Amino acid sequence: MDADGSVSDESGRRRRVHGMLKLYYGLNEEGKIPEQPQSLDPCDINGPHFDPELYLNKLRRECSLSELMDHETCMVKQIRSLDSDMQTLVYENYNKFISATDTIRKMKNDFKKMEDEMDCLSANMAAITDFSASISGTLQDQHAQITKLSGVHTLLRKLQFLFELPARLNKCLELQAYAQAVSSHRRARCVLQQYSHLPSFKGIQDDCNAIMEKLAQELRQKFRDGGTSAKDLSECVELLLQLDEPAEELCDKFLSHAGSRLELDLQGLEAEIKPYPPTPAPKEAATRRSSSSTAVGSPSDNNSPKTLSLPSPTPNTDILEFIDRGCNEFVSSLCLVITSYQELFVNHAQTGELASKNIPQMANGKLQAFVDDLAARYFSLVERRIQEEKGVGDNSLLVRALDRFHRRLQAVAKLLPGSAVPTRGTEIVVRAATERVKQYLSALQSFYMDSLTDVRQALATPRLSVAGGGTHLGGPAAGRDAPSSLPELLSSLSASILNQIKSVLASVHLFTAKDITFSNKPYFKGEFCSQGVRENLVVNFIRFVCQSSRQFCESAGDKGGSTPPALLLLLSRLCLDFETSTISYILTLTDEQFLVQHQNPITPVTTLCGEAREAAQKLLNHYVKVQGLIISQMLRKSVETRDWVNTIEPRNVRAVMKRVVEDTTSIDVQVGLLYEEGVRKAHSSDSSKRTFSVYSSSRQQPRYAASYTPSAPMDTNLLSNIHKLFSERIDIFSSVEFNKVSVMTGIIKISLKTFLECVRLRTFGRYGLQQIQVDCHYLQMYLWRFVSDENLVHFLLDEIVGSSAHRCLDPSPMEQSVIEVICERG
Amino acid sequence: MEDDAPVIYGLEFQARALTAQTAETDAIRFLVGTQSLKFDNQIHIIDFDDENNIINKNVLLHQAGEIWHIAASPADKAVLSTCYNKTSDSRVVSCAAVWRMPSDWDSGNHESPDDSAHNPQTLELLCHLDDSAHRNAACVLWEPMGDGKRVISLADNHALLWDLQESSTQATVSSTATLEGKGQLKFTSGKWSPHHNCSQLATANDTTIRGWDLRTMSQIYCIENAHGQLVRDLDFNPNRQYYLASCGDDCKVKFWDVRNVQEPVKTLEEHSHWVWSVRYNHSHDQLVLTASSDSRLILSNMVSISSEPFGHLVDDEELSEGEDNHQEDKSKEPLKDSVVSTYEEHEDSVYAAEWSSADPWLFASLSYDGRLVINRVPRALKYRILL
Repeated sequence: MDADGSVSDESGRRRRVHGMLKLYYGLNEEGKIPEQPQSLDPCDINGPHFDPELYLNKLRRECSLSELMDHETCMVKQIRSLDSDMQTLVYENYNKFISATDTIRKMKNDFKKMEDEMDCLSANMAAITDFSASISGTLQDQHAQITKLSGVHTLLRKLQFLFELPARLNKCLELQAYAQAVSSHRRARCVLQQYSHLPSFKGIQDDCNAIMEKLAQELRQKFRDGGTSAKDLSECVELLLQLDEPAEELCDKFLSHAGSRLELDLQGLEAEIKPYPPTPAPKEAATRRSSSSTAVGSPSDNNSPKTLSLPSPTPNTDILEFIDRGCNEFVSSLCLVITSYQELFVNHAQTGELASKNIPQMANGKLQAFVDDLAARYFSLVERRIQEEKGVGDNSLLVRALDRFHRRLQAVAKLLPGSAVPTRGTEIVVRAATERVKQYLSALQSFYMDSLTDVRQALATPRLSVAGGGTHLGGPAAGRDAPSSLPELLSSLSASILNQIKSVLASVHLFTAKDITFSNKPYFKGEFCSQGVRENLVVNFIRFVCQSSRQFCESAGDKGGSTPPALLLLLSRLCLDFETSTISYILTLTDEQFLVQHQNPITPVTTLCGEAREAAQKLLNHYVKVQGLIISQMLRKSVETRDWVNTIEPRNVRAVMKRVVEDTTSIDVQVGLLYEEGVRKAHSSDSSKRTFSVYSSSRQQPRYAASYTPSAPMDTNLLSNIHKLFSERIDIFSSVEFNKVSVMTGIIKISLKTFLECVRLRTFGRYGLQQIQVDCHYLQMYLWRFVSDENLVHFLLDEIVGSSAHRCLDPSPMEQSVIEVICERG
Repeated sequence: MEDDAPVIYGLEFQARALTAQTAETDAIRFLVGTQSLKFDNQIHIIDFDDENNIINKNVLLHQAGEIWHIAASPADKAVLSTCYNKTSDSRVVSCAAVWRMPSDWDSGNHESPDDSAHNPQTLELLCHLDDSAHRNAACVLWEPMGDGKRVISLADNHALLWDLQESSTQATVSSTATLEGKGQLKFTSGKWSPHHNCSQLATANDTTIRGWDLRTMSQIYCIENAHGQLVRDLDFNPNRQYYLASCGDDCKVKFWDVRNVQEPVKTLEEHSHWVWSVRYNHSHDQLVLTASSDSRLILSNMVSISSEPFGHLVDDEELSEGEDNHQEDKSKEPLKDSVVSTYEEHEDSVYAAEWSSADPWLFASLSYDGRLVINRVPRALKYRILL
């Protein structure tokens, strides 16, 4: 039992020692992991909570005696090995401790020796310090003296510079090395300013100032003189700026100087326009020119005698030359001025000390105003010149001139980004273009009117043969190779109109050519094409054609004589052709050429066609009216001037009737040349043989309309009354169709109705009636073939004979056979 | 608003002359003169019974010749003048005369209507308006609203102012005006202006319209080439003293302001043949009647140049009676110049048209075949003008 207890005691102590060692060497962390599971077991002999009592009890309870014995021997064995281990450890540590003690004792001896050496060193250092202090104390005075002397030296050098300055400046002035002078002065200026209270310095300063004043004066003089080059000038300005001249004044001077030179250019340009107004201008221009040339010695000097000797009113140069000159002289020097100005006052000032004074802004403002002012004058000149371009012959020159004008202004735009100049330039171009379009329109219009006059003359020249044949050979008597037949006139007229339009379009098209700078502007892409060209030029021209045609109807309407009927007919056909093909052709052509983008409302083709058709209709109606009137007047005169009561028995058809038939035939030929035949109602084969039923005895019994109040038996020509009841009402002056038959029907209707009304106003004798019978039969024989419905002619002629019979004092009609014989005889 | 159908009356002879009986303001009465070379010519007195839509006619004989123009005295119902053609010795002479209707033409009719047709009474000749120097009267004009004592006749190129004396049995020329110029000038028609104290006359010759001052018998204005061709008729606006309408062979009706004769104020071109007659309505001068040889009669509403261009002028009093809405509507859509109606009852040329002197909404037109048509202004328009 005791043994057990001691064993357990021994193992517990050993374990504690082991743990403490572990603790000492920092191994507890290493041992943690195996330790922890057994830590709480009180029966673990190596665990920290080992309880020997429990352990013993446990062994005693669980193990047999032999096992206990084994256990005891094992434990004693372990205890012995542990004890020996501990002894070796103690010995080892003891040896190490002994050697450490030896080392420390040795070190102690060495330090003692070192201490002594250090003491000696410090004593030596103190001696050196004392020595050095004594040396520097002796040298102090001399050093101060040297510093002072070198200061005096530099001062003296500066003073020498100052004293020499006036002379040096003078020399510079003499040599015109202004830049050097200015830089020298600038260096001395501050010092002189500072010591100006000393009389000697004051003197120098005064001298310098005087010289600089002179120099500035000279610079100003140079600046003022026109002769110096731009480079010199800019140098001048730069120097003056450095001399504290007020920048604003300089700007002004610079600009005014540049202005005067540009002015010369402008005057030169103006002089080129000047000679145009005929009488007072040349002299005026000459005097102006000479005065300006004497004043400034302008290069245009050599021009003035030329203008004097050449009194021709035409402008000396064409517009391209003019614009060229403007560009080369004015615009380029303007650009030069702008660049140098900007260089001097804006860019330069921005870097230098002047920037603080708001000079760039001020300078820019001045420049803007200056450029605007000059450009405005230039523009007005250009505009004047452009306005003189009245001739529409060669548009390319103008376009090229405008292009150049516009292109050169781009340079200004680049130099002066905010300037209104380029936009105003574009405006001028736009104005010129619209003006051009207007001119083309009026040119087209006058061309049209001229060709109408030509046509009129061609119509007026007597044609040698109506029937054709000799027309072409006989024509030259007119002195012109005018085609004298209507279709030829028409085709040549319309062809020349078309050609003219095409050439105008081609000319106008130049404005939108790709290589032209301004063709990219939105105006030229959009509005110019759609409004300018399409609407204002083409559409307006077509409208003008229609309107002028209509005017022929209106102005000449009352008298009817001023416009030759053939012209009316021709124009009517022209308008009709316009409606059917020409208008759409022209507009398509325009749209294609100009790629018109229809953003604005434009006149549609149909409207124009409608207008053209309306004009054609009106012209044709008017033609019918005029021709009808001519024949009417003949008939009217023939009825009104005759004494129908006391006339002789008819033997012949009256000459008037023959004339009427002749005229009708020639009208028929005329209309047939331009218009198609048209439809007519089928007619009987022997229309000319038809007998009149006018006064035949076989009368139908009168039939009254219900609303008639019964009255005495009517002895009037009831037949015609009844006829009228059932036939359609005839509109005399009505619209006609676009064909020959309709036109002829209209003319004959008007003529016969006039005949009827005139007859009704007269009183006839027996032979008077018979004469009318003969005349009507004659008309009947020839007129039926012209009209669409021969019944119309029959009806009207019946009416005439009927009315004259009714107005006859002694109505005894002529035998039909006799009438026929007379008519056939001619 | 159904309009009454036109009433048609047929004469057995051809006729050109038509007039309203100017002095009669109660009965609607028209006078028509016939043209016949073979029979005795007649003057038909046509009474229109508005309520029953019936025509009563009386016939008076005018044996002197065929009647080209007829005019009724403004003062005496029984007095009228005609221009007629007389044929004698195979010569045709135009004459003018003043006639009196027999006093009992009316009564006889009522007793035996059938008899009157067979035994028409004859006009009593009061005086001739001719003298040896002046023949070929084209028309006779009575002094408008006068006492029936003064008459103008237009004969060839003379305008003769006659004074009728002793109950119109004697006529003496008090003054004359002569048209002078190249060629044979001849008055074709004329009109005595009701304005300026009846001191002005307008005449037409060929294409020219002339105005005359009757006090001095001198020309006061001249519209050269008023129409492209012959001027057929004239009429004065009854309410606007300077306004004149004319019509002619160029198918046009033109309205003139005689103070400025360069351009017509307005031109109508509705007819398709010569226009023979133009008449202003006596009370509502926007209504203009034109007759043409295209067998049509056209009633136009020329508001813009009438005396009431803004419609009927309304007093404040009327407005206050609560008709404001109605008035506003009217002012919103002012009447425009327009053709009111085209009457196509005629089959032949219409040479004359006249407004009734008694009923301002009624008019007659006469075509060459002897058809007289009595029409009314469409009711819609009538009420529009009145209200």
